[in-house]
Amino acid sequence: MAKYDKKRINELIEGTLEFYQLKEMMSSHKDPERFELYREVLQDRVSWDDPILLPYGLHLYIVQKANGDRIVKCDCGHEFCDYKENWKLHARIFVRDTEEKMNEIYPKLMSPDPEWQVIREYYCPNCAAQLEVEAVPPWYPIILDFEPDIDTFYKEWIKKPLPKA
Amino acid sequence: MAKTIKDHQQTKKAIGWDGKTLKQMRREMNDISKETGHYAGLRTLPFKETDPIRFEKIYSKLRGGVVHARETAKKVAASPIVEQEGELCFSLYTPEADSIVTSTGIIIHVGTMGAAIKFMIENDYEDNPGINDKDIFCNNDNHVGNVHTCDVHTLVPIFWEGEVVGWAGGVTHVIDTGASAPGSMPMGPVQRYDDGYQVTCRKIGQNDTLSKDWILESTRSVRAVKYWTLDEKTRIAGCHMIRDLVLDVIKEEGVDNYKQFIREIIEDGRRGFVNQVKTMLIPGKYRQASFVDIPFKDLDLPSFAKLNTIIHTPSEITVHKDAKLEIDFEGANRWGWHPFNATPVSITSGIWVMLSQTLVPNDRINDGAYYASKFGIPYGSWFNPDDIRSAHSNTWHALVAAWSPLWRGLSRAYFGRGYLEEVNAGNAHTSNWLMGGGYDQYGQLSAMNSFETSSCGVGASAVQDGISHSAALWNPEGDMGDMEIWELLEPLIFLGRQILPGSGGAGKYRGGNGWQSLRLGWGAKEWTMFVAGAGVMATDCGLMGGYPASSGYRFQANKTNIKERIAKGLPLPLGGDVDPDNPIYEDNMEAEVIHRDRQAVSTQEQFGDYDVIMNYLRGGPGFGDPLERNPKQVESDLNEKYILLRYAEQVYGCVFVEENGVYTVDLKATEEKRKEIRKQRLERSQPVKEWMQEERTKIMNEDASIQVRHMYAQSFALSEKFTDEFKDFWNIPEEWMIYEDDLGVPTLGAHINRFKQKK
Repeated sequence: MAKYDKKRINELIEGTLEFYQLKEMMSSHKDPERFELYREVLQDRVSWDDPILLPYGLHLYIVQKANGDRIVKCDCGHEFCDYKENWKLHARIFVRDTEEKMNEIYPKLMSPDPEWQVIREYYCPNCAAQLEVEAVPPWYPIILDFEPDIDTFYKEWIKKPLPKA
Repeated sequence: MAKTIKDHQQTKKAIGWDGKTLKQMRREMNDISKETGHYAGLRTLPFKETDPIRFEKIYSKLRGGVVHARETAKKVAASPIVEQEGELCFSLYTPEADSIVTSTGIIIHVGTMGAAIKFMIENDYEDNPGINDKDIFCNNDNHVGNVHTCDVHTLVPIFWEGEVVGWAGGVTHVIDTGASAPGSMPMGPVQRYDDGYQVTCRKIGQNDTLSKDWILESTRSVRAVKYWTLDEKTRIAGCHMIRDLVLDVIKEEGVDNYKQFIREIIEDGRRGFVNQVKTMLIPGKYRQASFVDIPFKDLDLPSFAKLNTIIHTPSEITVHKDAKLEIDFEGANRWGWHPFNATPVSITSGIWVMLSQTLVPNDRINDGAYYASKFGIPYGSWFNPDDIRSAHSNTWHALVAAWSPLWRGLSRAYFGRGYLEEVNAGNAHTSNWLMGGGYDQYGQLSAMNSFETSSCGVGASAVQDGISHSAALWNPEGDMGDMEIWELLEPLIFLGRQILPGSGGAGKYRGGNGWQSLRLGWGAKEWTMFVAGAGVMATDCGLMGGYPASSGYRFQANKTNIKERIAKGLPLPLGGDVDPDNPIYEDNMEAEVIHRDRQAVSTQEQFGDYDVIMNYLRGGPGFGDPLERNPKQVESDLNEKYILLRYAEQVYGCVFVEENGVYTVDLKATEEKRKEIRKQRLERSQPVKEWMQEERTKIMNEDASIQVRHMYAQSFALSEKFTDEFKDFWNIPEEWMIYEDDLGVPTLGAHINRFKQKK
């Protein structure tokens, strides 16, 4: 079974591994200790101290606060909301709902037609990172992408203690 | 008194195990598996645990043999779809039709052929027409659980000393099955009766010989007879190879060991799947949705099919505490008068195709995984029609879109656990399909469906770009085929193949690019062409800040002056339509009719010599914020023509210096430009909650196009849960509602309607 060190996981996060190295990682049986290693590497990379409970998306983490709250937090330090809520509702949004706005991203014939579909871009209010993009018809409820069961994951699946603030 | 048929049937020896009928075996298997949670009630695996080497040896023999059967048999075929693209698959089943091992190829048919065998068992084929050693059965009936009419199954029972010990099944994607339009996935059918020649689990041969009436009828019912005939020989050859293999294994290992093995290998598959879920995923819920346009309002179709609407497929993946995987499609909208409907078996089987490329990337694909999962398939939806009249000839159109977001959902778990190498932002919508038929360049009645679609762009991962022009969700062995072979088989000359800049979704890692080919009509008579692709909608989102892949359009020119231009040595349209905002095809030809529009699904139009048609194969979605892409990668994309200059500048925020047509990125200026773009983002965006109030007002005023309102009206009519969630999210009052009947569009066939049922 494959085993990796922090350096390799950091390179994976950085996107600097060669294809043959990625291929080897894809073809090998998964390393069970990956999550802990990954979480520790990510914790070292962020500037704040709240323990990461779960990486939630590119730039986004569910973190443990000292008062017991679990918060969705951007790596820039911006805190969105409780992890049970949809962080997108606390973001900034730009909706591409005209041909002109679509044409900024795609040639006209290659973009969605706004009469059928719009593109919603969700930005971090602090660092302006584009955190998610939805391509949906007008009126579509904002999608709550992921509701993790963190307690079951730690206690029953990986059998590790939850990080404490 | 003379004996009745019933008396005869009762005295006939059952062909199942221990004197049981296959029907009894099927029911017992269902009951015990459900009751115990283990396939066949196997709480332990005594054979595997006591003699693991022998167990694995049998597995390897069967798996290797089934793959070998596919590789050998496909050489019998003449169809480029089978022989070049590998659009075939073989599988070995238990007597009750649970899959034991399967070959490579279009493994969606693990489920569909199983459904056909189950149909025969359920309908007492054992009594009539009888299931005997050396019989041959054929099925391609969509409503039995097939994917679409062109997927033709050959099914052969395997007997050992009077008992059925299994079934061999083979499927090929046949080029034409006699639908109302030529090609294997035609546009034009809107009802089952347009879908072509459908064979419902029919006995077509005995004593290993095809019946003459079958050969005559079937070959008179399809257009491309030579492909049909050789495809059938391919399937029979493969099935007979598998039958011989199984009988050899039984001779060597003993029938009791074989019987124990086939039970344990499926339970082993179930356990393996559960283990993979626990290894790779995170318990919880994952939500996503896909949309496909149906722009049928102006097509040449029956009046009840002429409307614009959208196929809506929301999905919720639940990874339960015990690692059971559940996928619920509640909220999906209604089936319709289009050829994109599907069956529950085809959507769930297709999910296994996808999972075999990500969550369970091994060769233990069998029905064990099916027993470890659960699906919610709304009755009356486009993938579970409540009316046998539904058409299915181009079901992939909607299926591909429905599956891709599931991969995106799973990727959130891979991302959370650190398996970044497994993340995939989604898949290309494998289209446009380029189809046609008539008398080909050899004077033969023929048909075509370009399988260049098997090489679309792959979605980006969290660590690298998606692979360009390389793969299709439905067949992991993607191959665009050689132009020279296509030209031999189709009356269309290539005017080039070219990567389409910007077709992969932008992102920190971009989606794999798609490409285009341009074809010139040559040598056919009475030939028609049409395309089938997603047009005005992106069929998937990007992931974590990446953009969706570009959506679709068509280009076709009829009655051109290309013949004269060739005679005069003038330039011709060549290669791809690389920047449709600044088209150049038209600079190099004149034509009486030019279709350059968003109508990416079309119906048959006559197509003659020197007419031109473009095939556009889509890219994959992107991952991450494009402003975080390494500027040197953007530079490389620009110089290698994977992206256009203006998008390299405005989407990726890069600044370049150009010299002799070669671009070099200015890193410092790029950093400044990216800062400026981020600033602009904050300036022109607004808080989501503020925007929601504006959007709510539009909803209250019913301010949306007819197709959008129709999509919601259908989902509202089928699903109370979706309606409640919609209203709850937007804080919409109870009395607000959109009804299909109020939209002034055809509603023929709209049976299930919870509003009317309430009344």
